[in-house]
Amino acid sequence: MTSIGVKSTEVSRKNNLTKRRKRKTNPGKVLAWVAMIIVVLITLFPFYWMLRTALSTNASLYAEPGSFLPPEFSTGGFQRVFGTQSVEDAVAEGGTVTDMNFWRYILNSTIVATLVTAGQLLFCSMAAYAFARLKFKGRDTVFGIFIAGLMIPSIFTLLPNFVLIKELGLVDNVLGIALPTMLMTPFAIFFLRQFFMNIPREIEEAALLDGISRIGIFFKVIIPMAAAPLATLGILTYMTAWNDYFWPLMVSYTDQSRVLTVALGIFRAQTPTSGTDWAGLMAATLVAAAPMMVLFSLFAKRIVNSIGFNGLK
Amino acid sequence: MKVTVWYVVLNIGIQTIMALMIALMMHRLTRSTFLRGVVLSPYLVSNVVAALVWLWILDTQLGIFNHLLESIGLERIGFLTDETWAIPTIALINVWRHMGYTALLIFAGLQTLPESVYEAARTDGAGETRIFFSITLPLLRPIMALVLIMTIIGSFQVFDTVAVTTGGGPANATNVLQVYIYDMAFGRFQFGYASAMSVGLLIILGIITFIQFKLTRAGETDLD
Repeated sequence: MTSIGVKSTEVSRKNNLTKRRKRKTNPGKVLAWVAMIIVVLITLFPFYWMLRTALSTNASLYAEPGSFLPPEFSTGGFQRVFGTQSVEDAVAEGGTVTDMNFWRYILNSTIVATLVTAGQLLFCSMAAYAFARLKFKGRDTVFGIFIAGLMIPSIFTLLPNFVLIKELGLVDNVLGIALPTMLMTPFAIFFLRQFFMNIPREIEEAALLDGISRIGIFFKVIIPMAAAPLATLGILTYMTAWNDYFWPLMVSYTDQSRVLTVALGIFRAQTPTSGTDWAGLMAATLVAAAPMMVLFSLFAKRIVNSIGFNGLK
Repeated sequence: MKVTVWYVVLNIGIQTIMALMIALMMHRLTRSTFLRGVVLSPYLVSNVVAALVWLWILDTQLGIFNHLLESIGLERIGFLTDETWAIPTIALINVWRHMGYTALLIFAGLQTLPESVYEAARTDGAGETRIFFSITLPLLRPIMALVLIMTIIGSFQVFDTVAVTTGGGPANATNVLQVYIYDMAFGRFQFGYASAMSVGLLIILGIITFIQFKLTRAGETDLD
């Protein structure tokens, strides 16, 4: 940390500068690190608290709300979530007695997120390629309209979408949840178009000369070359789809199509008379958050580095 | 509507300042991907999860936060059950979830600023504060403008957190626009009225974006 940004200056001045800055910024640096650590603590504390609560019994949570370790260790919360606890035990522990089937919700969430991701990657990459390379009349106008679509708040399209899905008879169906975002989002098209535009034209022209069709070029040349941005977009889309709440809340009513986020809201509303089943609820939130945490820890570098302005101007 | 505006002001104000601070600290201190990952982690959980965890931490009787308040001699606060506290609390929950993401956006912007300008300023003997206000902030303007436009649009559409924690109550204190629209459409089945309100929201957002774009001159940069 001795000499940040001081390159290519003569030694004497460098020493002089570092000395001065050392005296000046050291307390500031320490302060900044302290602030950073506080930020990290604020960020991580709720996650720890989730775990701590999930592994406690409800009775002990009431008795010792301030204990930093689980006051009385128990996996009852998780057992209730996965339905492996008998009704009597659940009542005894002050837990929510429900017939909620979290495996089913995990399955539904997975189906929805996978459908949305697969659909978006396929259709958006095709559309993005068309906008980036193919020449047709009014291309830029159509693209402009797409970009304007980025600005439209989701609630604006929500009611029309709901009516449409209802007319299609897809209410309370996983397909109905996935459909509105499955076909395309303006963001994905915009994001991919930027990458496609940077692929050198010569490669495509060479392939065209070799007699490969446009569609062949798209699948054999463009897609492999854009594997990295496609993967990034895929991960981000998967997370967004997994975490969505508003839309699934509107179109799913029964276990048949209920996804995890909606199930959590209902689990919270179904509290027993003795008070909220916090242990069970926190266990459920952990279950809902865990897949994304795993996904993130696997791809952290890629996700973190994808956030930036390289796509946006 | 007033509730929504109050929420947006609180949420955006605190979030932007926090994010800017985190971004600056990260920029100056470390490039560690791990730290960036940690800062981003709240963004990965859904709004519902974030809302539930904070609902538990801030619970009036059992929440750890109120427990701490009491142990240092303060009174317990019904963060989500008190009319005056509910909106600021929800705003802060969403700050917690989004500040890391916003910080990373600003951080990415900071890295595009040329080092040469800073060297020149240091050679001229400018202090840290001076450098921040006279160089970093003005150069960051286009990026900040984009970040603000994006976060404000998002902030106006707050729904998940409110729906899970308070559901619009107590006494309509957290009845933000989107909750109201949802209630209109699916609680009272007035689809026409609800649609009209969402069109209204769209127009408001359009106007806000346009004004911001003009005011902040988001399309231009001072780097040239």
